[in-house]
Amino acid sequence: MTVMEQRGAYRPTPPPAWQPRTDPAPLLPDAEPYRVLGTEAAAKADPELLRRLYTELVKGRRYNAQATALTKQGRLAVYPSSTGQEACEVAAALVLAEQDWLFPSYRDTLAVVARGVDPVEALTLLRGDWHTGYDPHEHRVAPLSTPLATQLPHAVGLAHAARLKGDDVVALAMVGDGGTSEGDFHEALNFAAVWQAPVVFLVQNNGFAISVPLAKQTAAPSLAHKAVGYGMPGRLVDGNDAAAVHEVLADAVRRARAGGGPTLVEAITYRVEAHTNADDATRYRGDAEVETWKQHDPIALLEHELTGRGLLDETGVETARQDAETMAASLRARMNQDPALDPMDLFTHVYAEPTPQLLEQREQLRAELAAEAEPEGAQR
Amino acid sequence: MTTVAVKPATMAQALTRAMRDAMAADPSVHVMGEDVGTLGGVFRVTDGLAEEFGEDRCTDTPLAEAGILGTAVGMAMYGLRPVVEMQFDAFAYPAFEQLVSHVAKTRNRTRGKMPLPLTIRVPYGGGIGGVEHHSDSSEAYYMATPGLHVVTPATVADAYGLLRAAIASDDPVVFLEPKRLYWSKDSWNPEEPTAVEPIGRAVVRRSGRSATLITYGPSLPVCMEAAEAARAEGWDLEVVDLRSLVPFDDETVCASVRRTGRAVVVHESGGFGGPGGEIAARVTERCFHHLEAPVLRVAGFDLPYPPPMLERHHLPGVDRILDAVGRLQWEAES
Repeated sequence: MTVMEQRGAYRPTPPPAWQPRTDPAPLLPDAEPYRVLGTEAAAKADPELLRRLYTELVKGRRYNAQATALTKQGRLAVYPSSTGQEACEVAAALVLAEQDWLFPSYRDTLAVVARGVDPVEALTLLRGDWHTGYDPHEHRVAPLSTPLATQLPHAVGLAHAARLKGDDVVALAMVGDGGTSEGDFHEALNFAAVWQAPVVFLVQNNGFAISVPLAKQTAAPSLAHKAVGYGMPGRLVDGNDAAAVHEVLADAVRRARAGGGPTLVEAITYRVEAHTNADDATRYRGDAEVETWKQHDPIALLEHELTGRGLLDETGVETARQDAETMAASLRARMNQDPALDPMDLFTHVYAEPTPQLLEQREQLRAELAAEAEPEGAQR
Repeated sequence: MTTVAVKPATMAQALTRAMRDAMAADPSVHVMGEDVGTLGGVFRVTDGLAEEFGEDRCTDTPLAEAGILGTAVGMAMYGLRPVVEMQFDAFAYPAFEQLVSHVAKTRNRTRGKMPLPLTIRVPYGGGIGGVEHHSDSSEAYYMATPGLHVVTPATVADAYGLLRAAIASDDPVVFLEPKRLYWSKDSWNPEEPTAVEPIGRAVVRRSGRSATLITYGPSLPVCMEAAEAARAEGWDLEVVDLRSLVPFDDETVCASVRRTGRAVVVHESGGFGGPGGEIAARVTERCFHHLEAPVLRVAGFDLPYPPPMLERHHLPGVDRILDAVGRLQWEAES
């Protein structure tokens, strides 16, 4: 009925009472990235954990250098280095319990290795002899995701499924700053919050999506602020402070495990190397910026803290270095062997049972290989 | 011996029953999608499932198809057997990256270590007077993606049997439901719905000697009608219902074409780049010396799907099919 038809009987009525569905204040990230090293909080950190982080960081840096060298020797097709981001990579792996799941992006092979996957298997994708080299169920590490942010809804679904089954499982999903612009990032965070799924999203803000700086990626106050829009807490952390990253992720994992739902963590770090060995970073950034970040190096920060507090001496530093060299030598030796390839494998796993069409094509390839194997003169 | 009364049931009811039975038989089967819970789906195909199995087993998701399929992938990774409903053919497109890059590839990517037993139900095709984005024939996109099975029922009994088989499959299945057949009725006994049809087998719906109509899903009833009408012209048409587009049943199709020597592929999808091109090529490659005429295609036009008041001009009907049959070089035979 229109106002006219009510002949003046109409009284303006307020809509049903509105209130925010959740108080946004506790979800907001701190004004500054959280730091532990060089602050009072460092005194409370577990010395054993700090030493463990140090050993893994040194090994991680050496792993990155070795993998990059392998691209130059033609042993890897491509390598997206996480040099400078080792604190995030290592902390993400160490913070998880055995039954938890890690969902890495293509830049996160170091986290995959730190989780316990054989480095040769972790690098299979980048060597190019298959796509995923490890059994995801063995270490509870999802396949490396090359499409951006598409692994995030997988993490949400897996964590949701585990919770439906009553299992104590947390999923930690890794993504970069560029990935936060993808629709899958948005949908994953929304689903996670609606379902209160036990998931931790770790965004490594390393400054660049290949060549595009964060300023062209988002107008948000910070990536951590995006959490508020989904109704989950956002946390900002210094991504080169291994102790801080570990603590913030550990809090988020604990919260998820206790039924508190998902958390978005933005770790501020820097991609010291180019996007991959095929990229030329001098086209989009200056040396001065890189040098500044090199002074805020995750290994140097932790080593300074540990040696300053008498938790690490020359021998400890040397032992970590030697452990890393042993790992690198083994990786080098194994990667220098040609991988075994069976072209028939191409048809084996497309379906549980190959379709009749694939069986025909497999025979075609088998015949082509047989013809190739014949001596030169025998070929038509 | 007890005789159970065989009542007419709709395809929608058979689909509901298939999900219900699968959920009762296997606690890992979860139904999810937009409006599938409280409402029972916009086509009511999930009617009663949330009530019977709870909202954790039949879940209203946020309105985001990539998120629905992406989270279903994660659930399948953890050992569940998700059955995803995409509300309409054209609403499934946001999930395309998840489908192509993950659903179709994860088994192969992991050398079989991480199979994804997922069923993606997509109501497809036109003929229901739907406005734009509600009537697409999207099967060619799915067929072009290795790693997916693509299945489409055309009868009430197949709707039940094929959906049970899809849910039981350890491979991802895109299950295309011809939405204009949702309300089609057939004598089907819901008390003894035991026959689970294997995926990948076509079936001869009508035997004939003159020519073979190769079709699937929404076009089957049209072809059956055309075959009846063709009798007046003196043609005795065989009708093959593919049921599964991937894997493709070359054996049944080619056996029929070798018998009849002539073939017409019929579907709603556009002809250019559509399934008919692949089917015609396969038949020609395998049955060339048995063919009396080129394999013809009767398809929707190569148009964005028309507005509802014009869709009847787009959809292949009996006349268009009979015109094609008439062009199968009968003169050459006599």
